Amino acid sequence: MLLEARDLKKHYPTRNGVVKAVDGVSFTLEPGKTFALVGESGCGKSTMAKLMLLLERPTSGAVVYDGQEVTAMRGRALRRFRRDVQAVFQDPYASLNPRLRVGKIIAEPMMAQGDLDRGAIRKRVAEALDVVGLQPDAARLYPHEFSGGQRQRIAVARALAVRPKVVILDEPTSALDVSIRAQILNLLSDIQDEYGLSYLIIAHDLALVEHFSDVTGVMYLGNMVEQGPTASIFDTPSHPYTQALLASAPRPDPDHHLPTDVIIGEIGSALAVPSGCPFHPRCPKRFAPCDSENPERRATAPGTWARCHLLHGPDTAPGHPELHLSERTRS
Amino acid sequence: MTEMSPMDHAPADQSRTDQPPVLDVRHLVTELRLRRGALRPVDGVSFRVGRGETLGIVGESGSGKSMTCLSLLRLLPRPGGRIAAGEVLVAGTDLTKLSEKELARDWRGRRISMVTQDPMSSLNPVYTVGDQVGAPLRYHGLAHSRAEARARAADALGRVRIPSPEARLDDFPHQFSGGMRQRVVSAMAIACAPEVMIADEPTSSLDVTIQVKMMDLYKQIQEETGVAIVLITHDMGVAASICDRIAVMYAGRIVEQGPAREIFRNPAHPYTRALLNAIPKLGEKSKRLYALGGQPPSLLDMPGGCRFAPRCTLADAKCLAAYPGDSDLGSGHRAACWRLSEEGAPDAA
Amino acid sequence: MTAETTRLPDHGIGAQLRSLFGDGFPWISAGILVGVILLAMVGPMVSPWQPGALDLRSAFQPPVWAGGAWSHPLGTDNLGRDIFSRIIAGTRVSVIVAFWAILLSGAIGTIIGMIAGYFGGWADTIIMRLVDMQLSIPPLALALILAAVLDPGLQAVVIVITVTYWSWYARIVRGEVLSLREREYVALARIAGCGPLTIFARHLAPNIVNTLLVLATLQVGQVIIFEASLSFLGLGIQSPDISWGVMLADARGYITNAWWAITMPGVAIMLTCLASNLFGDWLRDVLDPKRKQL
Repeated sequence: MLLEARDLKKHYPTRNGVVKAVDGVSFTLEPGKTFALVGESGCGKSTMAKLMLLLERPTSGAVVYDGQEVTAMRGRALRRFRRDVQAVFQDPYASLNPRLRVGKIIAEPMMAQGDLDRGAIRKRVAEALDVVGLQPDAARLYPHEFSGGQRQRIAVARALAVRPKVVILDEPTSALDVSIRAQILNLLSDIQDEYGLSYLIIAHDLALVEHFSDVTGVMYLGNMVEQGPTASIFDTPSHPYTQALLASAPRPDPDHHLPTDVIIGEIGSALAVPSGCPFHPRCPKRFAPCDSENPERRATAPGTWARCHLLHGPDTAPGHPELHLSERTRS
Repeated sequence: MTEMSPMDHAPADQSRTDQPPVLDVRHLVTELRLRRGALRPVDGVSFRVGRGETLGIVGESGSGKSMTCLSLLRLLPRPGGRIAAGEVLVAGTDLTKLSEKELARDWRGRRISMVTQDPMSSLNPVYTVGDQVGAPLRYHGLAHSRAEARARAADALGRVRIPSPEARLDDFPHQFSGGMRQRVVSAMAIACAPEVMIADEPTSSLDVTIQVKMMDLYKQIQEETGVAIVLITHDMGVAASICDRIAVMYAGRIVEQGPAREIFRNPAHPYTRALLNAIPKLGEKSKRLYALGGQPPSLLDMPGGCRFAPRCTLADAKCLAAYPGDSDLGSGHRAACWRLSEEGAPDAA
Repeated sequence: MTAETTRLPDHGIGAQLRSLFGDGFPWISAGILVGVILLAMVGPMVSPWQPGALDLRSAFQPPVWAGGAWSHPLGTDNLGRDIFSRIIAGTRVSVIVAFWAILLSGAIGTIIGMIAGYFGGWADTIIMRLVDMQLSIPPLALALILAAVLDPGLQAVVIVITVTYWSWYARIVRGEVLSLREREYVALARIAGCGPLTIFARHLAPNIVNTLLVLATLQVGQVIIFEASLSFLGLGIQSPDISWGVMLADARGYITNAWWAITMPGVAIMLTCLASNLFGDWLRDVLDPKRKQL
């Protein structure tokens, strides 16, 4: 395993109480794989990205990279982390400094590393531009001279040029047009295949996640409610929230009927996370224990678990789920 | 698209298009004069929407879909924006010929209303929701007293399914959740019982679980009031789930329009096909997406022939030379592609 | 893709200058400001009289349009000193004070504001409390306290103005940095491993230069008035040294029999302040990124 979140919590004290943006989330990103975090706005997935990138410090829990706790890193180890873990953000207009030339934008992570001379950096910039399908003379221009899709290519080139091992993609295509989205997604897939990169992708578009990721984690109000191989999550979703998300996703098919009864109301506030299962006020299937007790993880398929009281029944939790879980956490 | 079966003619679509249209847009051209010259973000757009019908205008950013909407209401940027040609007929009256005063008094917000993407910028944070929903009613003379405006505002809030509407009249916008705010905006749009409602990306800022409910709400409102809806969206999924008919815009022109089922099952224009192929679909496991190369042309530098030709895999000399006319594909399905006018449907994109 | 990337950019110095001088360039304000600066530099060379030269026989001569002679175009004061020459001499003090006070208060305020805005937390709390305290003390009261400690003169004026104005810059820079800090490219610079100094220099400073420029221009007028007030009250430049404020103070005693002696330096102050405000307003409009859209 490469990058791991161990029981991460991020609480923000505010005047009106404590916002529990992330409240105990764990997952592991394996080398060469893509892990997707999905959920509605306000579920804590963007806070997760900030924690994994060490832009914010967790309230408790740990981010572990290559066996070492990230918050404890200093000097060489920290510099290596800053090289190995890069990011591409949603808005290609906000993520490139308008006052810097593209060449300098792409060179910035290499300059911060300080182990390459100017010539080597220039060569790497040209290589990176080539990989993302831009001309080498793009390096001399400013960001405003490019379209949104081209800017996102520049953002990808920048992340790539330091030869990282992990790239965290926070909604990398949601600001782009449909026809440009496919270009960027294919580009990211190609780069992953070629360089063996790991991706952590944060997205709200389920079809994109199904298409793009190997493992999926579904977040709701700071909690991970279901996690497992993408195919298993999408083919047989166990948690009522995952089911609702999948059912609500619009499909380009005029004969597909979207149900309106799979979820109640709107996402709650992270200021006042409901007691028991955080999803229970919106769950059409809630019953007695849901409002008092937050359910434990239950294995639902190999490598897949969900947190729902409905899964306590004997026919939905085959074998020894707890045993399977402890295997996962120890591996 | 996965299915390319012969189109199954839907009689419902046919009968709807036979009705006299509530909104009839003919060869609309909108110009923007800038220092660098005049642009035409909308360049000869024609469509019709019947009573109780929803037309979806889909396209990418810069395709002119939002500018088309603004042109219908003559809310163009000033200075520089103007309708250069064409007609916008609402129930037989050409809005482009009306004076600004007439338009504001009798039409805008009264017989043709609009819902925008961001509910927060459509609502004034310092006025109560009751005041804001009631304001157009009083302005247009549909409510003669404050009490009547309040009663009608409560009625409108009830119609958008806001629970206990009377109790919420005195609440301020920030006291509503994101989805509820969009409902308030919709209540403002339907309060005057308009014949046409234009909705510009009304659900794009909402989460999918809320989006579903908003789209369901629009369908219900339409069934109750018969309002004709023009829905602007970039999301093919949203268009598929609510629209009766679809118009696909590219670089200021409608390249294909027709019944929704036709557009999704049997897309004729290479651009429509490419768009449909480029979106990842749930349950489809293929690793690679179909990616359309290049990007839309700049308004400052429009190709001379078919505007999609520089990105089209099927383009030949003719496509680069002249813009194709519409080909009628039956049951109101039309597309502008040389391949269709010459030899029927083009090969698969 | 090739077509877009090889397109020639239109952001050369030439194009920028053309757009700068193109529409609505405030020629008059700019002219006055440049004139004041030039006069401060070459003043003694163009001045018709020694500004301190006494000539009691020609005391209280009115300006030329009020019946005076061309030898003293703006008239003379109670000691027969040429007001025109004294105003020219006064520009020197005004320009020196404005330059140093704005440079020092701007530099100190910017650094402190950046630290407060970028690091936040307790550093921000302490700095902002300090700024609040500073802003709650009336500038003249502060000047009185400082004047008691410092020897009156040019240096004291610069120090008093710097101490008064740094908090303005600190507040505005902090606000800008607070919003810039949330920009994605700043987050990405941190992800890339850039240190705070690099982030200040590369990502924050270039984006607040415009704001600082506008603020500094608008402050020229205020600083000149402040200097005049201090000198008028006897806390700044002291007679026989010359500044516009000293001239006002000197002329106050015979305001009823020689209106011009107090009016002329007053007009000089007013024109310079007006010019700096108009120029600053124009600069703010031109540098506003939203205006560049069309």
